[in-house]
Order: sequence, then structure tokens, then C-alpha cells
Amino acid sequence: MDFTPSPTAEQFGDEVRALLARVYTDERRQHAHDTGTMHDWELHRAMADQGWIRQALPEALGGGGRGPEELAVLFRELELAGAPYDGMSICTMVASVLAHAGNEMQQREILPKLLSGESLIALGYSEPDAGSDVAAARTRAVRDGDGWQIDGQKIFTSLAEESEWVFLLTRTNLDVPKHRGLTFFLVPTSAPGFELQPIRTLSGKRTNMTFYDGVHVGDEWRVGEVDGGWQVMLVALSFERGVAGGVRDAERLLAVAEAHARAGVDDDGRPLLEQPTRRDALARLAIDAEVADLLASRAAWVAASGRLPGVEGAASKLFATEAFQRSVNRLVDVAGPAGLVQAHAVSDLSAFYEYCYRFAPVTTIYGGTSEIQRNLIAQRGLGLPRGS
Amino acid sequence: MDLDPTDEQQSIVDVFGDLAESTVPLDRLRDHEPLGFAPELWARLVAVGAPGMAVPETAGGAGAGLLDLALAVEALGRRLAPAPLVEHAVAARLLAQVDALTPEVLDGASVATLALRRARDQFARLVPAGAVATTVVAYDGLQLVVLDGEPGVHVANLASAPLADRGLDGARVVASGALATSLYRQAVDEWRVLTASALVGLGLGALEIGLRYVSEREQFGVPIGSFQALQHTLADVSVALDGAQLLARKAAWAHDTVDDRAPDRASELGAMAFLFAAEQAQRASDRALHFHGGYGFMEEYDIQLFYRRAKGWANVLDDPAREYTRLADLRYGPVTATASPGGG
Repeated sequence: MDFTPSPTAEQFGDEVRALLARVYTDERRQHAHDTGTMHDWELHRAMADQGWIRQALPEALGGGGRGPEELAVLFRELELAGAPYDGMSICTMVASVLAHAGNEMQQREILPKLLSGESLIALGYSEPDAGSDVAAARTRAVRDGDGWQIDGQKIFTSLAEESEWVFLLTRTNLDVPKHRGLTFFLVPTSAPGFELQPIRTLSGKRTNMTFYDGVHVGDEWRVGEVDGGWQVMLVALSFERGVAGGVRDAERLLAVAEAHARAGVDDDGRPLLEQPTRRDALARLAIDAEVADLLASRAAWVAASGRLPGVEGAASKLFATEAFQRSVNRLVDVAGPAGLVQAHAVSDLSAFYEYCYRFAPVTTIYGGTSEIQRNLIAQRGLGLPRGS
Repeated sequence: MDLDPTDEQQSIVDVFGDLAESTVPLDRLRDHEPLGFAPELWARLVAVGAPGMAVPETAGGAGAGLLDLALAVEALGRRLAPAPLVEHAVAARLLAQVDALTPEVLDGASVATLALRRARDQFARLVPAGAVATTVVAYDGLQLVVLDGEPGVHVANLASAPLADRGLDGARVVASGALATSLYRQAVDEWRVLTASALVGLGLGALEIGLRYVSEREQFGVPIGSFQALQHTLADVSVALDGAQLLARKAAWAHDTVDDRAPDRASELGAMAFLFAAEQAQRASDRALHFHGGYGFMEEYDIQLFYRRAKGWANVLDDPAREYTRLADLRYGPVTATASPGGG
């Protein structure tokens, strides 16, 4: 048993930090804050130029060079820097799916554009009536000559406004149990009949509603088998390998809150870091952040050992996001009225608590709600029976 | 990084688990209450060399690290083994550093312990294992002293632990001044790390019992473990215990591999591991008891044994709130008196 991080992963961490310092400047950060975008093209392409998207693919699929522990480091550094990483995360995941299950056209036309950082793709899973029950998707794809006609609506299609395609989950068969009647398509956002509508969120970040009204795509845009969408979904999940981000918010909060507390003073001129309630909140957060880091490292280590960290990935996500919410709640309270103040400048650390309070709710919702993670852990990890 | 125990480490887990299971199975634990000490179990621990296991080879011990010992303690904790291995090991390691380790303490013929609370007026209160130990190491703020003498009078307590007050008249001084302080702090740090592992074991044991019960117990025509209300809580408990286990093991590992660039890191991890393990062991045993319904409140059911010890094993040190304060002091330095005119 050894808790020393692998030297290659550590060295890669240095590389990532160096690139972030160079590319993800305060101006870019401010731009993201002002516009609510979840993507930064300069950063994304700089990472693609380093080969990091290609290297994130499994070796058997023409990628390699970076194991799960290094991938975990990549997303850790992006998260700790507060840099947008969703585009990177989705890109590596869909690229892996296409390398694994894509047809000749998809591997020739689409995969290279994802690997080079030229194009982005968005995930079209959730629907107004299919959130946690994603297999209940009702967006229809029906045969239309040699191709398919797609009609329906997706919600929370984040980054669709920046994307060339949507990786779309559709229903192709109504006569079978819901998991067996699903098919995946790549739908160009330039296709006639595709529309999107922005959704503003509590955190200020933008996501989208996307509409598919008689969108026609050829059969070569289908990914995987007809009615084999659930298998594709499982492949996609397996490529996330518990290392694709979303588990470092508590650690980032700790770093920012400590920096803020070290620099600031209260109304009486007393250092913030000497306030007893703040010290208590920070001490508790430090423990939560340490545990979150260990659970995330465990998921990456399981993946690096060649196993699928299904339960470990769920455990990591569940703990990290729940701990983040607890900590944010405490720290906003600790700040008193100052914790309510919004700031325009991202360099103003004091406003970070207020932002986190608005951002925190989504973390236990997206990427599988806490309830879905708990079901998975209880049933697959602890072996408890499914309810009737 | 490698989170799998090595073969040797796995055999430690197996040997100590089997040893506790076969000597004092849970349904015999009550035979050793209220004192909380099973001489036959201690004898078997002595037979496998546990008391001197983590004493340096230069002092005659087996030279194992805290991580190996932590794995042993976790396996014992899972079965609520009534034997003060943590206290003994910590005391023995300290005594070895001041050349005061006797052969009897090294091999466990005499039980040794550490008074966790600072002694006052030649008196150490509620010393863990004080009711069975013949050697007590204590610190009074100035000096580190060693007392050899008959075990103290058992003080009945929540955890059925062998607590006793010990008078220190006749104790001999083995260190004083800064050395005494630093040795004592180090020993209590090690106690925190090892107790964290014991509490992780306790929590995992409670979870195991809880899972078995909710899988068997039927209400409304189905096993109650099929209800999400229970599943979700048990999932939270399990995840947190996984985290507590990783943290306790990492803290022990950090003590074995002190990084000169961050000398206080091991101490800090130990403080974190202790607090988190204590909290999660208490939650695991409390929830597992609750899911037993009225049966959980019956003396006859084993879960109450866990519930009582989860609180007792941790609070013998201090109020956890003060431990959080101490963790903040480790990370941020102490609050200066002038900066907090109100006394904080």
C-alpha cells in the first residue's frame, strides 16, 4: 500500500498547471464569468495541440500515452484552476465511443475534428420528461428512406451553441422495454430542423434547450446498432472511468477560502483567519476535501488497475458534491452579510462564496443525481435488493 | 499509488481478524464487560508478537510501521476486540525512545498505556487501559513520567473500556522540558492515527451487521433493505467509511514516510483521520442500530455494543469540537491572544 502519487502523473500535473497559467489568464476567466459560457476555445485547442484529447483515448483505440491516473490529474488541475472542462470531458468521452463503435465515416470525418480540438460535441441525453430515468427518452427517430427523421426535444444540452454535433439519444422502437428501443445518432447542429434556445441557470452559466423538428440524417450518422443505444450508453459511461471531473469543488473552495481568509480582515480589523467559526468551518472543509481527493484517487487507481470503477466513481461523485454543498453552506454563513455580496471581478475572492452558493445545487443533480448514485452504491456495491 | 494491501499486509488483516473472531467472537464479548479486557485475547496477541510489532528493531521490536499496525488494529476494531493494543503500542514506542522499554512491556507480559489527558497534581484521570496496565506513561505539562504499579480501579463507562484513574506518586521521570512535550505529542498523534483505524474497523463492523439485518428483516412483505430510505443512508454511511479508511491508512502511511518538506503533514492527517473516523463510526453504528427498530434498543442485539464504543473510543481523548480547533491551529497556527480580545 502506497499513497505516493505516480511520478508521471505528478509531472503531467506540472505540465497542466504550466499550460493553464499560460493560456487560462485572468482575462479569459473574467470573460467566462461575464458571458456565462462553459467553454474556452483557446484553452481547449491548446490542450488538443498538446495531444491531450487523443492521449485520453484508450490505447487499443489509437490513443494512449495517458493512463486514468493522469487523466484524473488533468481534470483535477482544470477544476482547481476553475477552468472550464466540460467540453474536454465530453469530447474525450464521445471520441472514445466513436473510436470504439463508430463507423468508417464517423472515424474519418468526425473523430479527427474532435481529437484536434477543431470541433466540439454536446450530449443530448436529458429530456423534459426523462432526467434520471434517461432510458425513458421520447425523442423519436423513424426510418425515412435511406436515413432517419428525428423529432423531439432535449433539455440541458450544454455547449450545443459551441458544438458541431449533438450526440443524441433517441427512441427507435416503441414495442420493446424502454432500454431496448433506444438508438444513438450524431446530429449536426447545422441540420435543417435543429434549433436551440438558451437556458440561463442559477449559477449564471448557460445551457440549452434543443429542438429537433423533422431533422433528417443519413444512416451513416447512427452510432452503434439500431435499438442498441443502451449498450452505447454503457460504453460511454465506461470511458468516463470515474475520472472525468466534477469531484474537486470542495478542494477548490478550500483553496479559495483559505486564500481569502489569509488576506482579509473583519470590521474590527481582526484577521479573518482568526475567527473561531471560520477556523472551524475551514478545518471541517479541509477534512472533506482530503476525503474527496482520496475517493477520487481511488476511482482513478481502480481504472488504472484495469477495472471499471462503477461503484467507486459513484462514491467519489456523491461524497465530493454533498461535501461541497455542506461546506458552501457553512462558509456563506461564516461570512455573515459579506457572504451575500456579488462581485463583478472574478479576482475578488470574497464573492466566491455567493457564487458557490448559487452553483452548488447543480452539482448533486448533474452527472447522475445523488439519489441515483446512492441507488447504485446500495444495490451494486452493498448488494441490497432493488425495491419493487 | 497502490491502494491494495501487499501480501504481508493482507496476512496481517487476516491473522488479526481470525485471532479476534476465534478468541472473543461478538456473542462472547459481553463476558468481558464491564471491564473490557479479555486476558486470553491479550495472550494470543502476545503470542503473535503484536505488542512489540511496531517497536523499532534497535529497541528489540519487529520494526513494523504504523500502517501495518493500523491494519491490525482495524481488523481488531471490526470485531470490537477487548484488548488495548493501541495504547500499549503507543506507550511502547515512546518508552523505546527514552531507553525505558522493559522486556516485559516489549513482549506484552506487562500491559502498558499512555495517559491521554495531561496529568494534574500527580493524578491522571480516566486513563485508557488504566484498569489493566501495570505501566503508565503520563505527562504533566513539564515532565514525562513512567509509573509501574498495580492496575487502577475500573471506572464503569459507556464503552465498557478498561478506564481507570491513576495516581502518579512514585513515578519516575524519563524526559522533561521540550523533549517531554514533543515525545508526548508524538505519542498522542500516533494514538489518534491508530484509534482512527480502530474506529474505521468499528464502523465497518456496524455497517456489516446493519446490512445483514436489513437484508433479513421483512416488513410490509419485503426485506426492509429494499426501501430506498434505508438504502440511501446505508450508501452514505458506506461511502464515508471508505473515505475514513483511506484517510486513516494514509495518515498511518504518512507517519511512516515523513516528508521533510512538510513535517507537520503527518500530524495534520492524523488529526483529520481521527475526527472523520470518529464521526463516521458513530454515524454507522447509530444508523445501523436505528434500522434494527426496537430490537436495536435491546441489550441482546450486538449493534448496541458498537453504538456505545463508537462514542467511547473517541471521546476518551477530548470533545471533538476542541479537536477541530486543534486541527485549525495545526493548519493556520494558533490564534494570537492580542488578535482576539474577546477571548475568541
